[in-house]
Formats: sequence, structure tokens, C-alpha cells
Amino acid sequence: MNKNKIIKTSLASATLALLTQPALSQQDTDSLSSPTNNQTEQTASDYEWKFDAALLFYSESDSRVQAFEPVFMASKQLDEDESISFKLTVDSLTGASPSGAVASNQVQTFTTPSGNADYQVGANVYPLDDSFKDTRVALAANWSFPLAESTQMTVGANASNEYDYFSASVNANISHDFNNNNTTLFAGLSFASDTIDPVGGAPIALSRMQPVGASQAKLDGTQDKDTLDILFGMTQVIDKYSLFQLNYSYSMSDGYHNDPYKVLSVLGADGNYFDDGIATANVLFENRPDKRTKHSLFGRYKRFIDGDVVDVSYRYMTDDWDIDSHTVDLKYRFALNNDSYIQPHVRYYTQTAAEFYQPYLLQAQALPTYASADYRLAEYDAVTVGLEYGWTTQSDQTWRIALEYYAQSPTEPAKFGVLQDQTLLPDWNAVMLRINYSF
Amino acid sequence: MQKKRLLLLAILISTLGGCATMGVQPWEKDVLAKPEMALNEQPLTDALDDHIYFSKEASSGGKSYAGGGCGCN
Repeated sequence: MNKNKIIKTSLASATLALLTQPALSQQDTDSLSSPTNNQTEQTASDYEWKFDAALLFYSESDSRVQAFEPVFMASKQLDEDESISFKLTVDSLTGASPSGAVASNQVQTFTTPSGNADYQVGANVYPLDDSFKDTRVALAANWSFPLAESTQMTVGANASNEYDYFSASVNANISHDFNNNNTTLFAGLSFASDTIDPVGGAPIALSRMQPVGASQAKLDGTQDKDTLDILFGMTQVIDKYSLFQLNYSYSMSDGYHNDPYKVLSVLGADGNYFDDGIATANVLFENRPDKRTKHSLFGRYKRFIDGDVVDVSYRYMTDDWDIDSHTVDLKYRFALNNDSYIQPHVRYYTQTAAEFYQPYLLQAQALPTYASADYRLAEYDAVTVGLEYGWTTQSDQTWRIALEYYAQSPTEPAKFGVLQDQTLLPDWNAVMLRINYSF
Repeated sequence: MQKKRLLLLAILISTLGGCATMGVQPWEKDVLAKPEMALNEQPLTDALDDHIYFSKEASSGGKSYAGGGCGCN
């Protein structure tokens, strides 16, 4: 008993120590769990450490991004209503990413972000920058404890680091059960502080890419971004077999929102790159507003049907960059014999373009204040289809294996002149294989 | 805009009011207590998905915090 208390105390201090670090960031769904449905009695085994591991292989078409992402989580129930969890995520990326430049009928030369090398993109080839290679390591800790009768508090801290980006965040959530534990209301707050240290420095907004050896128009020092998230939610039991969840979330970020590696092509009247006498392709580094405010409404319904489970959700998001999006997600878990199941998954996503999204700039027009050709700010639809198979072994270990296919179909922007022979926003897809193991 | 907000508020209040009549007795929660009925049944999968979609789409959050935390390509 005494030993248990010592362990408990030291773990709590470890958690607090982590919390006092100036850190935080990645989303953490586990900190927002509703206790509404978990009022089962505790047994001795519930107080042991539990481990969850996941491995994700992610591969985009056309040699774009390939990722390998192992995640490991350890959690422990300390008391009936008190628990802690720690999570480690490693994210290893290689491959190429669209630079924002348009394809052209001539070979184009681009300078790498460091300014020390260049690369060529062939005629009629969609420009990808293959100079990035990154490993991200993220740590998260959460501590959940009772605050009062039927009121639970969770505090968490996150830190995520990669060679050009560091993010730290803290969050606190409070949830209250009432109406015979059939209703849970929760509110949460998260604050994240990001530091961006781009390779070669952050480009001066809308400055022209320069050849290797020439002075690159880059800023000294690091860039910062702060993000505040507020979340209000409610979970309601409908009947013996079903429940729903409603969330409203508000997110406000302030600081450096540019992608320092994305550019826009400057085109002449013929639809080709405007020749200004410099051998390097005529592209300018993007510029986004330094503030963004997002609102989301999220609804979810889950129902048990003769051993099967249907899980459907919808999200509407709108922001002050003029992006509106709708996301529908449907999972149906078919129960099979011997504690196994198979779960098809379909997700549909659609978004409008940011008001400052521009596939290219025109030499003949004045420079806009904000402009980005990042394909993620364009108008597009995306579909995910997947299948998961899971089973529980006799010793109560759970395995899940899932294969998912994601396809993004952008709306092709307006074109003119020789640009009409090019695809500005090609469709692309990704295949994901995920393995989960809980023990 | 003002009308829209009022309508949203009315819907919210009536939803909350309706909740008092919903629900079950504690001994009727055996099905809802099953792990597969928990809303956070798969925290790691949710986190991996959130990270993928955060990196490739302009929306994030809703289910949980919108977050950030990476210079995602």
C-alpha cells in the first residue's frame, strides 16, 4: 500500500514536471473522453499499466510523401476516477512535396530552401521539392482526476520537435456528469506555442527565389505562432443502445502561418514563366495573413445494433480565410465470431479555397498582399475508404489491422495560353496501413 | 447573422431540454459500457488520423482540439 502511494506520488510529480515545461500542441483525443459510459466497476487488473502501440505506414502516389509513424502509449488507472497516460510518437518522413510552382513546357531550375543547391523540374512535369526529409518526435502526458462529485478534470502537456519546427502546448479539460450520468458536459482549453526555424531562414514575403550563390531574401532568426483552442461539448445517452455527442470548437492562431517552402509562379501573357533575365524559375515565396480564426461544429452518433456498432459523424468548419469545409465519416463494425470484427470505413471531405489562394501570379498585375499556391488551400474533395479487422486474444490482447485509401480531387483552376496544356492541381492519393496492438 | 445565431441558440436550448427526458437507468448501461461503444475507443488511431488530415487538409479539430504542432508537408 505504502509502495503504491510512493509510485503514485512520483508519477504525479513526473506529470507535473512535464506540465511545467513550456510546451504543448498535438491534438489529444484521449484527454477529452467522456466518462458517461465507463461507469463499470474496477477490478485489480484495471490498476495495472496498460500499453497501446500503433504503427502507421503512409505512402502517397507519384513518389510524394512516404511516412513511417510508430506511436506508443502507456496508461494507468490510479484510482477509480484517476488515471495518467504518456504517449510517444515518432514520425519519419521522406519524399517530395508540391512546391506551389506550376508545370511548364520548359525545364525549370529551382533553388533548394538552404540556398546551397538547385534542382531541375522537367518540361510538362508537376514541380515537387524533394529536398525535405524529416523526423518528428512528440511526447504527451495527461492526468485525469476527480474535482468534485461527478466532475472530472484532465490536464495535459504536449511537445513536438522536428528540425525546423518546435511546438509545445498545455491543455485543461473539465467534464461534469448529470441527469443520472446520462449527460456529460465538457469544456476545454488548449494553448500552443510554436517556433519555426526554416531551413535557410524564413523567406521575405513575396520575394523572388534567387540562384545558388546569390543573396537569398531570407529573414534572420526564428518565427513564432501561438494557438488558442476552446472546446465545448456534450455527450448524451439516448437509450440503452445509442448516444450522441455535440461539440463546438473555436481556434485562434496568431503569428507565422506561411509555409516557408511554398512558392507561386509569376507568368507572362503567354501563360509561361515570365523571363526576367534570371536563370532560376521566376517564383515568389508565399505570404499568408498572420492571424486565423476557425469555428467548428461536430456531431457524432453511435449505436449498437445486435452486436454491430454504427458510428457516424459530421463536422462543419468555417474560418476567416474563407475556407468552409464539410466532413462526413461513417464506420460500421460488424461483429464476427471469436471476439473479432471487421469494420468498413468511408469518409468524405470537401473544402472551399482560401480567399488568398492563387494558382499563379501574373507579371502584368500588381502584387497582392497575401497569396499562396499551396494545394491544401485550394478547392477540392477528398474520399477515404478503408477496412479494419480486429481481434482479441485469449490473454486479452487486442490486435487491429487497417488498410485505408485516400484520394484528393482538386478543382482545376482557370488557365490561359500555353498553361492550358498543363494540369495545375493533379489528383493524388495515398495508401495507409495501420497496425494497433493493445496489451 | 443575428437571426442565424438566435436560431442556433434556440436549437441548442431545445436540445438540452430534450436531454432530460433521454437516458437510461444505471443498470441498463451494460451495452453502452462495452469498450466498442466508448467514444474514445481508439485514441491512437484518432490521433494518427487527425495528424494525417491536419497535414493534408485545411481543416482540423471538431472532435478534439484543432491543434497544430508540426510544419507538415
